[in-house]
Amino acid sequence: MLSLSIRQISRKLKDGALLPSDVCAACLYQAEKLKTLNMFVRLTKEVAEIQAKEADSRYKNGNIRCLLDGIPVAVKDNYCTLNVETTCSSQMLENFKPQYNATMVQKLQNAGAVLLGKCNMDEFAMGSGTVDSIHGPSKNIWQSGKCATSIEHVHSVKVKCREFYQLSPPSSKGSCSTVEEDDWFIAGGSSGGSAVAVASGTVFAALGSDTGGSTRNPAAYCGVVGLKPSYGLLSRHGLIPLVNSMDVPGILTRTVDDAVTLLNVLAGYDPLDSTTIRDDFIPLDLSQDIDISKMRIGIPQEYHCPGISDEVLETWSEVADILEKAGAEVVSVSMPHTPSSIACYSVLNQCEVASNMARYDGIEFGLRTAENRSTEELYASTRSQGFNEIVRGRILAGNYFLLQRNYSQYFVQALKVRRLIAQDFARVWSSGIDVLLTPTTLTDAPRYSQFISRDNREQCASQDYCTQPANMAGCPAVTIPIKLSKQGLPLSLQLMSQNYRENLLLAIARWIESVVDFPHLELDI
Amino acid sequence: MNRLLKHNTTLIKFWCLQGNARLLNSKIPPIPVVKLTDENNLPPQTKINQETIELLERLSLVDFANKRGIERLEDAIKFADLIRGIDTSGVEPMISVLEDRTLYLRDDIVTEGNCRKEVMSNAAVTEEEYFVAPQGNIPLIPRDSLLNDNKSSKQK
Repeated sequence: MLSLSIRQISRKLKDGALLPSDVCAACLYQAEKLKTLNMFVRLTKEVAEIQAKEADSRYKNGNIRCLLDGIPVAVKDNYCTLNVETTCSSQMLENFKPQYNATMVQKLQNAGAVLLGKCNMDEFAMGSGTVDSIHGPSKNIWQSGKCATSIEHVHSVKVKCREFYQLSPPSSKGSCSTVEEDDWFIAGGSSGGSAVAVASGTVFAALGSDTGGSTRNPAAYCGVVGLKPSYGLLSRHGLIPLVNSMDVPGILTRTVDDAVTLLNVLAGYDPLDSTTIRDDFIPLDLSQDIDISKMRIGIPQEYHCPGISDEVLETWSEVADILEKAGAEVVSVSMPHTPSSIACYSVLNQCEVASNMARYDGIEFGLRTAENRSTEELYASTRSQGFNEIVRGRILAGNYFLLQRNYSQYFVQALKVRRLIAQDFARVWSSGIDVLLTPTTLTDAPRYSQFISRDNREQCASQDYCTQPANMAGCPAVTIPIKLSKQGLPLSLQLMSQNYRENLLLAIARWIESVVDFPHLELDI
Repeated sequence: MNRLLKHNTTLIKFWCLQGNARLLNSKIPPIPVVKLTDENNLPPQTKINQETIELLERLSLVDFANKRGIERLEDAIKFADLIRGIDTSGVEPMISVLEDRTLYLRDDIVTEGNCRKEVMSNAAVTEEEYFVAPQGNIPLIPRDSLLNDNKSSKQK
């Protein structure tokens, strides 16, 4: 039951074969069973059970709201949830209970979805591993010894398809070798908890957030679909901000169709977020298969960068071959400012962080230390205790770049470089490219020991290389799992399209998804 | 860069000769395509002095905690220096991707209110209808310089 897609489970609910509270109970059981993966900061068991009961009666009475009605979902712990602690994985907000729902949470609730819990993340979403959290790191489910992969199934069913498209066979037999207790594969981040929750069948969909790749990176490492919609399409109201000009809510699901279901529920103008666009949102309809031979696929040269693994490169090449074979025009394009994106982002991120984090002073909400000598001392002591060293470091660096003497050479220069990066995208779209095909990450999921041997800035610099530019331009991007690496970990690729062209982006993503037939985990054991 | 180009052909040959390396799709470059940063073009590495440390701590209201904190800032500056050499003459700063759209104002109408209890429910210390703060406008207590300090010295 737990490995089904939203569409499949929704059909079972409609047929009366299952009740939403049965599904909810199974998901809660799964969450309990996989507790050691540390995907949840908090399970909202009571809320979930009440919501599931309400959905039960809707199904019995036949007034079903939509495909999402009665479906268990989870949200990252940086979305405000009414009367449910929202910690951002920081001591600063450890006891913070919002008095309102984020618009994304409210929309899920209005659609009838069942909120199972709040997901682990890097503190204030500053990271790419979900290792820097006061709740401890999240672990990847792949090669965790918790479940098997259904490689054999893939062999028997899709062998013809594979032969036709010459996709090289999966390199691993999906063995279940357990990684040593204190070393395991990271989930990616910063929305790592959300990705593990979806990959492990604990929920059918989850919300992440994406500023430099925080939804796509963990989705890629955990073998699920991760969608970063166009900037301005989904409301950020109640999403605790990191970088206002780049943050977008992210969607994590097991299939592209499910991502479309979520997008259709979540997208649209919100009077509470002035940066949502006012255009009427036309729900996506992927019921028509696209003619792939009419598509122009761009391969940006600069995405082949140092540090990329042979397996990722091969995967990228194979999918380009598949598209070419199917008649698509695959074109090599140049986006020369791509390599500057991470350094540019580091300046913009830290400057906006310095500004955004100014609100945490211990007076109106959040942590407050016992310091009583002066307001200034209270602020300083609260903030030094409440933020981890990464957050503090970014605040200090941001304020350095914003000093009057540095403002134009760092901050304004970064804003100009941002335009150059956005112009790279504009040029590609105006040359008639429909989507760009690139790697999502440079390798499969690193081991924890390997990951923490580098500091946070270096981690993000290599982790976000392929994902960050889309946030600069605000364009939609989706990562889909393609195959398994030699270590038996997911290898994923990213597609990007022009702003607000999610329809085309996801149609092509679904076409690729159906051809590569990524092996899913056997979840019901 | 020139040196890299010279090696290109050798590298491509090497790539093709590798036993298990499949031939890549022709649209994907066989070797990494990156603009190498010319070390000579980079500004000299910034060293942070005591005055700047105090200024930043006062502005940020967080402390550097230890010498490592200062090194982390110097690393962040070094990384940011990579963009300073990029030619941006005639390029306008880009603040938002929605720059070509109208930013609408909301009607000046009250849509919610009477939520004092909710607003104040997350404050640690309140007095009747007020948030409580200690006395203001008192400068931070100066602390020892971290520049010559090797062990982590959390103040207070």
